[in-house]
Amino acid sequence: MSTTVEAMGQRVGAMSAAELSSRPDSRATVGDVTVANPRMVCREVDVWYGSKQAIKGVSLDIGKNEVVSMIGPSGCGKSTFLRCLNRMNDTIDGCRVEGSIQLDGQDIYDKGLDPVPLRAQVGMVFQKPNPFPKSIYENVAYGPRIHGLTNNKAELDALVEASLRKAGLWNEVKDRLDQPGTGLSGGQQQRLCIARTIAVSPEVILMDEPCSALDPIATAIVEELIDELRANYSIAIVTHSMQQAARVSQRTAYFHMGDLIEVGETNEIFTNPRHKLTEDYITGRFG
Amino acid sequence: MHSSTLLILLLGLMALAYHFGRKRAISSAGGIARINTLHSLPAYYGLYAALWAGIPAMLLMALWSGFQNEILIAILKSELPPSLMDGLSTGQVGLMVNDIENLASGAIVSGSVTPEMQAVADRYAQLQRFADWAMWLAVLAIAVGGMGYAWSRTQPRMRARNRVENIFMVILVVFSSIAILTTLGIVLSVLFESLRFFQSISPLEFFFGTLWSPQTALRADQVGASGAFGAVPLFTGTLMVSAIAMLVAVPIGLMSAIYLSEYAPRRVRSLAKPTLEILAGVPTVVYGFFAALSVAPLIRELGMSMGFSVASESALAAGLVMGIMIIPFVSSLSEDVINAVPQAMRDGSYALGATQSETIWRVIIPAALPGIVGGILLAVSRAIGETMIVVMAAGLAANLTANPLDSVTTVTVQIVTLLTGDQEFDSPKTMAAFALGLTLFAVTLTLNVIALHIVRKYREQYE
Ligand SMILES: Nc1ncnc2c1ncn2[C@@H]1O[C@H](COP(=O)(O)OP(=O)(O)O)[C@@H](O)[C@H]1O
Ligand SMILES: [Mg+2]
Repeated sequence: MSTTVEAMGQRVGAMSAAELSSRPDSRATVGDVTVANPRMVCREVDVWYGSKQAIKGVSLDIGKNEVVSMIGPSGCGKSTFLRCLNRMNDTIDGCRVEGSIQLDGQDIYDKGLDPVPLRAQVGMVFQKPNPFPKSIYENVAYGPRIHGLTNNKAELDALVEASLRKAGLWNEVKDRLDQPGTGLSGGQQQRLCIARTIAVSPEVILMDEPCSALDPIATAIVEELIDELRANYSIAIVTHSMQQAARVSQRTAYFHMGDLIEVGETNEIFTNPRHKLTEDYITGRFG
Repeated sequence: MHSSTLLILLLGLMALAYHFGRKRAISSAGGIARINTLHSLPAYYGLYAALWAGIPAMLLMALWSGFQNEILIAILKSELPPSLMDGLSTGQVGLMVNDIENLASGAIVSGSVTPEMQAVADRYAQLQRFADWAMWLAVLAIAVGGMGYAWSRTQPRMRARNRVENIFMVILVVFSSIAILTTLGIVLSVLFESLRFFQSISPLEFFFGTLWSPQTALRADQVGASGAFGAVPLFTGTLMVSAIAMLVAVPIGLMSAIYLSEYAPRRVRSLAKPTLEILAGVPTVVYGFFAALSVAPLIRELGMSMGFSVASESALAAGLVMGIMIIPFVSSLSEDVINAVPQAMRDGSYALGATQSETIWRVIIPAALPGIVGGILLAVSRAIGETMIVVMAAGLAANLTANPLDSVTTVTVQIVTLLTGDQEFDSPKTMAAFALGLTLFAVTLTLNVIALHIVRKYREQYE
């Protein structure tokens, strides 16, 4: 497996050279999909829902301590691609993933690999805040309990507090940890979900339009949080807001109808898009 | 000259009224071209005319058919020659009137026919023919009158669409009141009969007495004349059978619901769900003889071989089979609430690295619990009210016992035994059935209200 991955990597590397940018209308990715110190490496990923192909040969690296944003018109496959990274697509009937995706050099679609612990390493925050109908405390303690991360109540308390602090929620909820998480405001719920994800110490956090259900103030708080989290985690965020992508991410990937059209430094992409489709999207002529 | 002919004729008239109402609306507007000067579409004017032609006439027809016989018999009685009535009690007069009616319609008569009776019967038949004709005329007149009224009202400014809407609303209100009033009537009649029962037997004895032996004396000096109406053994029997049923139905139903909604591949689900629903469609009497003829003897033999003494009609047998009957009920209700837990909850749990069973037991079930409890309460109320299985398998002996291997009886079984066969309708024995029915109704109603409340609350939570 690893040899083919390398071969594919070389091919992509080769393709991402000047040769590609010289034909900006092609559907091959423009820009360098690789990074110097990758945490996740995806090569030639195809995804099918039944007989319909939703992702077509996408290659992309996610580096350590960086935020990668994925943008594109709706239905272009951003969520689908994101769900490949923690194998959440496994739970969807009829969904098939091909190609190679590695986390720290380990193929996560390896036959022998159990997707369940993988999802603790690659956490996910959803579009609509989805706290469990349990207390705030239990929401955060859920993951650690399942994985047996703590040995006693005191350790668990400490972990819950640390997670809530990292998510910037501690001061708002420390007096009502026993109240239902569903009773919080939308923005607080989303930060609770982030705290819940952090509590199992993931390496990568995937976020699928985490702010689309939030008001502007809550959005600003979550964006600030994402920037802080970058210090410890790799983050891939899907967003439909280009301003958000510009504010929170270092690299940006533009998807179009299942193809990864262009990847690059965020400010490069937004100031100087190389592909016609990217430019159309960014200037608002499309999507 | 049957009245169904009249009904068909009326329907024909309504069709005609529709046609002409529509035509008239169009012509009153000044032709097809100016149809948009009408307030409503022409079809509404047609409907309006049809409803006016049909509904008053049908109402009259219903009333007339309902009362015609009463009135004719009253006339008949007032005209009966005194020679026929000589020395007859009111009951016997009633019988004779019955005979005359049968004679008039050509059916077989119980006594011998005297010429006098034949004369009265002829007179009755004549009256009947006359009344039938009168009804025909009146109904058709009203129908034509209604049609004429609609005709005269039809003009472009008439708001036919709104009128039709109102008429339909009135029709719907009338029909739903029929449903509600019937329910109310049943409840009230049960209530009044129960009150009569409680006048002769004190509620204290009924609700707290432990001896149930509901017979009343035919003669004052009869042995064992005084009945005992302590319903506690019935309540405990009902509770025990229901409890056994729930012990069977809740675990099996819940597990199958979890399997079907969370684990089963689509193909298995598409097979298993209808199968369970078939189970729900088996008539309870079939479960009854399954319980009485297969399960009860089986339990008896099993128990005997282990050295227990088992009654041939045991609470256990009835409870087990009732449990099987309720499984689909529990499982389909639980499946509904489990499916109502949003997919986002499952995704959230999986995304934290939880396995499927961790997700189910720690997230899905707790989230669905209120709804599941509601469903179980509904099932309990089903179990308490279930009759056929216990009639066939639980027995009649009102034992006050905690041993499921004994024979017990239930409230529903006793209601059945109190009311089957020839009964006097004013003895405490018969009226005890109403008191039992009322108790049963009160309990199941309370359970249903609580259960529906819980289920509704639960649904709102995820809206
Ligand atoms: N569960 C699914 N089953 C079948 N098709 C799906 C499913 N989820 C997404 N798709 C299809 O895959 C394509 C990409 O969807 P998605 O990844 O949700 O796009 P995005 O997140 O960019 O809006 C769409 O055409 C969508 O209809
Ligand atoms: Mg999406």
